[in-house]
Amino acid sequence: MSDIKRYKTEPLKCWGKAKELRAKYYREYQEARSKGGICWSGGAEAIDVIPYAFGDDVHALTAEPYAAAIAFDPEFAHKCESALESKGWARDMCAYMRNYWGSVLIDEYAFGGPFPKPHFNLQSGFCCTHAKWFQVLSLWEDVPYFNIDIGTIPFWKEEHPNRLQYIVDQMQDSIEFIEKVTGRKCDDERLIEGVYNDSRTTSLWAKITELNQNTPAPLDEKSMYSLYVFTTLDRARKEFVDFYEELYAETKDRVERGIAALATERLRLMSDSQPPWAFLRVWRYLEQFGVVSTGSIYTIGLEGVWDIADDWSLTPREDLKSRGVELKTREDALRAMADWHMRRPIYAMFYNADWKSKLMVQYAKQWNCDAAMLHLNRGCEGTSLGIMENRTALIKAGLPVLTYEGNMGDDRDFDEGRTVARIDTFMESLGLNKLT
Amino acid sequence: MFDQFKNWYENRHEYAKEWKAKTGGKVMAYMCTYVPEEILYAADVLPIRVYGSHEASDLTEQHIFGMYCPFCRDCVAQVMEGRYDYADGVMISQSCLHMRQVYSSWEIHKPTEFMYYMPFPIAVESKHARPHLAAEFKIFIEAVEKWTGKKITVQDLDRGIEILNKNRELMREVYKLRLLDNPPLTGVECMHMTSSSQMVDKREHNQALEKLLKELPSRKTDRETGIRLMIVGSECDDIEFMEMVESLNSTFVADDHCTGSRAFWNSVEPEEDRLLAIAKRYLERPPCPTKDATKNFVRFHHVMEMAKEAKVEGAVIIQQKFCDPHEIDIPLLRKRFEDNGIRTYFLELDVTVPIGQFKIRIEAFLEMLRADELPF
Ligand code: SF4
Ligand code: SF4
Repeated sequence: MSDIKRYKTEPLKCWGKAKELRAKYYREYQEARSKGGICWSGGAEAIDVIPYAFGDDVHALTAEPYAAAIAFDPEFAHKCESALESKGWARDMCAYMRNYWGSVLIDEYAFGGPFPKPHFNLQSGFCCTHAKWFQVLSLWEDVPYFNIDIGTIPFWKEEHPNRLQYIVDQMQDSIEFIEKVTGRKCDDERLIEGVYNDSRTTSLWAKITELNQNTPAPLDEKSMYSLYVFTTLDRARKEFVDFYEELYAETKDRVERGIAALATERLRLMSDSQPPWAFLRVWRYLEQFGVVSTGSIYTIGLEGVWDIADDWSLTPREDLKSRGVELKTREDALRAMADWHMRRPIYAMFYNADWKSKLMVQYAKQWNCDAAMLHLNRGCEGTSLGIMENRTALIKAGLPVLTYEGNMGDDRDFDEGRTVARIDTFMESLGLNKLT
Repeated sequence: MFDQFKNWYENRHEYAKEWKAKTGGKVMAYMCTYVPEEILYAADVLPIRVYGSHEASDLTEQHIFGMYCPFCRDCVAQVMEGRYDYADGVMISQSCLHMRQVYSSWEIHKPTEFMYYMPFPIAVESKHARPHLAAEFKIFIEAVEKWTGKKITVQDLDRGIEILNKNRELMREVYKLRLLDNPPLTGVECMHMTSSSQMVDKREHNQALEKLLKELPSRKTDRETGIRLMIVGSECDDIEFMEMVESLNSTFVADDHCTGSRAFWNSVEPEEDRLLAIAKRYLERPPCPTKDATKNFVRFHHVMEMAKEAKVEGAVIIQQKFCDPHEIDIPLLRKRFEDNGIRTYFLELDVTVPIGQFKIRIEAFLEMLRADELPF
């Protein structure tokens, strides 16, 4: 024990603020209608800057983090899931969608009270569940629905003018749609401000996670799960930009002072896919071996925006203002937003296993990872596309890989005992014992 | 009468290899019926759809996580076993995640000289989808021209459209005969016809269809039609299962799946801009659930119209396990059927089908439908 290096650790100073912001976000959505504001819902890929342009009292409920919050409370999740199953829907569908649907069906909001029905749903998607998720919801809720199809190949891989134009044209239509539904006018100045903010939030998240390339890692992935969520929740809001500015400064300071997320860091891991939310304690279990999970393509790239070079190396993309992009008109703003939106590394997962493998191998290199732990996630077809090919690619690149089966949203698909046993065996094969 | 189609269906790989030897042309294996075959015919490339084999295989696990649908696992097994090694090109028109996985594994392990991923709009009802898709076709044409070394002219496109349209029109004529009180063909025969159309040169298929249409209207079969059924699902080419159902005094008289009517139901309408015309056809075809995502539920309207026109008494709804787009539709679709007085039977398929076990359940379903028929 005594020859194990120990780094200094400190709790994150902005942790409390993150909790506060999250609670405020869900509360504001819940209260929007009664306060005369607008509430709407859509997925994490919805282009939320568009509703943002309709006023400060417009509040969103982002579907995936909401469904993850449900999953975090297995008892409530079971209620939601069984409501859906009793109506004949299959248990193997997207677990986030099932949790969200169930919450609407039983008319219970995960944070108390009845489910707050939105004024409209606005979605964007490329996974074959995204658009249908809100198709059915909108039927049940009897609310208007607009889907912006972004199912074109990510722009960091291939760019063609028609693809950008297709997205921009639909964004224009979605503005008309919201104007009709809400009776309000789109505020173009606010739209432009929101686009700058969105690019700042998502660029900052990339920069924050880039700092985890340092040894010791200033952040552990379990904490990152609580912090990355703001990139999916109304990311155009100034308060989220400010929060990330603060978090970025704090993380930089931790790096400069050698503050670690885990005092006993001696092996750096990368993960994949959403975690089984009801079992985040597994990440704490890893720490007993001196293992820190640095993140994954999912954590850094779900909403973080990166430049991806020809050799697949990842560099945080500077936000629009820093890049000197001038936005004067609505069209400028929409074009810039569409282009920005389509540069997320996460899109690799949904199109091509080989692209994702290349990004994962690159991640392992840049984040100095010694091993990988991949979640074979029964809850999400999207992030598990190609995961077995990714596993092979990582092994070929010389990385030991542990896989475990689970489900990000439905704890019935996760066997904790079995997973812990697999971790024990994996650690043994890496020559690591528990430190405590 | 249907032997030729059956033969093509059962010997699809041999056919493709012979076609190559005979013509010296290139073969394009494709996934998903949203691939614009008109363009491939214009380029003198033979498009063949990738199917499973309904045989169990242990080759997939290292490539695909087990919660992916049986059809795509089956397809990957075929590819890894080398059954498509003769293909010169492989392409996908963006469909569900499952088929994207097949394409990916193919590209990684058995890349061919031409690999192409075509983005296809989900928002098929958006007015912006058409120019976007036409532009995608243009990008695709450029890639194909580079690959084959041959320019695709307007005349070539017209030829492609004509071949495809003729095939569609002829098969629709056959489908009209399914509407008769005593249809002169079974669902299995129909399946052999439609699925073989996705595997052989459509010019040959058209000749066989023309011959068939001369004889079929006057065909006398020695079987009773029995209960009139519709089959609804995704890739439903499980002949053994259909044979079993039709042996129980019933006949499939309509279908909505992509190995059947969904793939050929509408034609390209002539227009000055050929690519816009082709785009319109694909955007307006009976949608796969992945492309039906507005509150209009276009797919449900289409299915219900078909069912009514064919005087369907019961619907067998086939589900590939883990296929989210279909799984999302099924409970709502079943309700639509039931609200329209048509009972449904739901069945979840895997790569291989335990026929014995299903037989008992189908028998019970048909019994129930017969009981419904009793005059009181
Ligand atoms: S399957 Fe995964 S990617 Fe698709 S909607 Fe569900 S959570 Fe999102
Ligand atoms: S069955 Fe479903 S998941 Fe499988 S290929 Fe077809 S549409 Fe995709």
